[in-house]
Amino acid sequence: MLKSLAARIGQAFGLILAVIVLNFSLIHIAPGDAASAIAGAQSASDPDLIEELRETYGLDDPFLVQLWNYITRVLQGDLGNSIWFGEPVVDLMLERIWPTVLLATTALAFALILGVAVGTLAARRPDSIWSHAVTIFSLVGFSMPAFWTGLLLLILVGVNFEFFPVSGMHAVDFDGNRWESMLDALRHLILPGLTLGIIYLAQYSRLARASMLEVLESDYVRTARAKGLSERSVVFKHGLRNGIIPIVTVLGLQFGAVFSGAILVESVFSWPGLGRLAFDAVTRRDTPVLLGVLLLASVSVIVANLLTDVLYRVIDPRIRISGKTNG
Amino acid sequence: MAELFTTDVGADLAAAADEETAAAPQRQALKLFLRNRSAVFGLILFLAILIMTFVLPFFYERDPGDLIARPHLAPGSEGAPLLGTDQLGRDLTAVVVYGGRTTLRVAAGAAVMIVGFGVMIGALAGFYGGKVDDVLMRFTEFFQVLPGLLFAIVLVALFNPSVWTVMIAIATVSWAQTARLTRAEFLRLKNLEFVKAARAIGASDFRIITRVILPNAMPTLIVSSTLVLGWAILFEAGLAFLGLADVNNVSWGLAIGRGRAAFTVNWWAVTFPGLAIFATVLGLSLIGDGLQDAYNPKLRGR
Repeated sequence: MLKSLAARIGQAFGLILAVIVLNFSLIHIAPGDAASAIAGAQSASDPDLIEELRETYGLDDPFLVQLWNYITRVLQGDLGNSIWFGEPVVDLMLERIWPTVLLATTALAFALILGVAVGTLAARRPDSIWSHAVTIFSLVGFSMPAFWTGLLLLILVGVNFEFFPVSGMHAVDFDGNRWESMLDALRHLILPGLTLGIIYLAQYSRLARASMLEVLESDYVRTARAKGLSERSVVFKHGLRNGIIPIVTVLGLQFGAVFSGAILVESVFSWPGLGRLAFDAVTRRDTPVLLGVLLLASVSVIVANLLTDVLYRVIDPRIRISGKTNG
Repeated sequence: MAELFTTDVGADLAAAADEETAAAPQRQALKLFLRNRSAVFGLILFLAILIMTFVLPFFYERDPGDLIARPHLAPGSEGAPLLGTDQLGRDLTAVVVYGGRTTLRVAAGAAVMIVGFGVMIGALAGFYGGKVDDVLMRFTEFFQVLPGLLFAIVLVALFNPSVWTVMIAIATVSWAQTARLTRAEFLRLKNLEFVKAARAIGASDFRIITRVILPNAMPTLIVSSTLVLGWAILFEAGLAFLGLADVNNVSWGLAIGRGRAAFTVNWWAVTFPGLAIFATVLGLSLIGDGLQDAYNPKLRGR
């Protein structure tokens, strides 16, 4: 198992390196050259200045030299400066990372807990109205574009009930201690968290229902019932522990999808996270920031996948013992 | 040459026999599909959207960019078109009807690319296995770790939004899933009797892949293509909502993006285009589920 784990970590590093190379290539393939972009942002057109910039940024070096310099810089945590803010991209991202993490974990926790509960209940009575309702809800939730759900929530709830703020993470005129500040942020979190959560709730409830249906029909569950164990023990101890494995897998693999959802939801609710930063970077033609967020997001996906793999081995004893996965 | 000729006839016979036996399950599946109420509802929903976007424009000739009345006219108010007007006074009925053309064209184009490329990579990886599989799967994995929407945004933003860049960007970030699915199907099918038989009579690899294995992977791929189309529609809508679309061709997502600034006074400008997206994707999801059940009756309701 240790050996396969080492291989898995090596693979993750390879992927990270590949993402860095991709980032670099994107800068180069894109029409327009970085020097004129920087000069353009400062509304300068002096050819001498552009020449100077080319030299400062090493744009005249051979491709491979530039690539090597880029990789070493990135590995040292230098992603260049934002064209718009003039600040290091890394600092900008560090400021915005927590709001996104808060939003994403809230949405995922909400979806995971409610999804598994609802899916399990539905699986116990597969032909009940309740079970059909879960299926319908999951189809509806999947088919609604996230940004539209967010706007509808704003129209229905945000405008009519003042309790729910319509944008941002803090009230503009906010004045209070740390505790009140946290409560204020939580109040702002409800609508965007719900919007992002609904997409995943739709998926997890459906997945949990399917997975539990299969598990509850299996031989070991029948054996557990035959032994006279309580229904609670059968469903939670024997059923859920096995039924949850596919959900954990999907959860880990979906980390990237959560980022994508966060961009749209943050943009609707003006939530000051990485997604909003990336979106603003598009409108401001701030390529270094855009590529920085892409790199950070990809690396977190790679790390999340790696952790899922490890977690998967811990939950599933069959893999823990044989050291093999089937997929 | 003579030898080649006979092997080809042999492979043709094998393929023909295969198609004949495949026809009966197809008919069976169609019957099951048509008996499934929610699947038929999905089909009707989707057909209605297609008629609205591709037939209705002949009877409702408008330019969705024209300013035809006062801004913010609610649906049903005096002088307002059926779905009201947006914040500039454009006819929302025209925006929804014509916007569907752009959305569906871009999504369909992207879906064709996704399925085409995904099936090709997946088929090669699954069929050949070994080194080929390793290389192709590493390649696929790379595209799977890039966060889809973010990568698509980067591509569209760097190469300027047009119908083609949006299509290619959606396809670039989405084909990996189809490739994995196709690979799994090929791994499952490639060691079965009929493939061995085709190989024994000397059919070429190309022939085995395209004429022997692929037809048997079709049910899975058809179900997946339906879902891929729905996914592409949501994806296009998301990009357009963020402003990453050809502004000269209005689409549903773009319309919502334009209307969002005034949502407090004009709920209809964001609601109706969104309803169109929702109805289309819901229709496709129901069709996909229905096909899944029809092809695998044992898994019904899973």
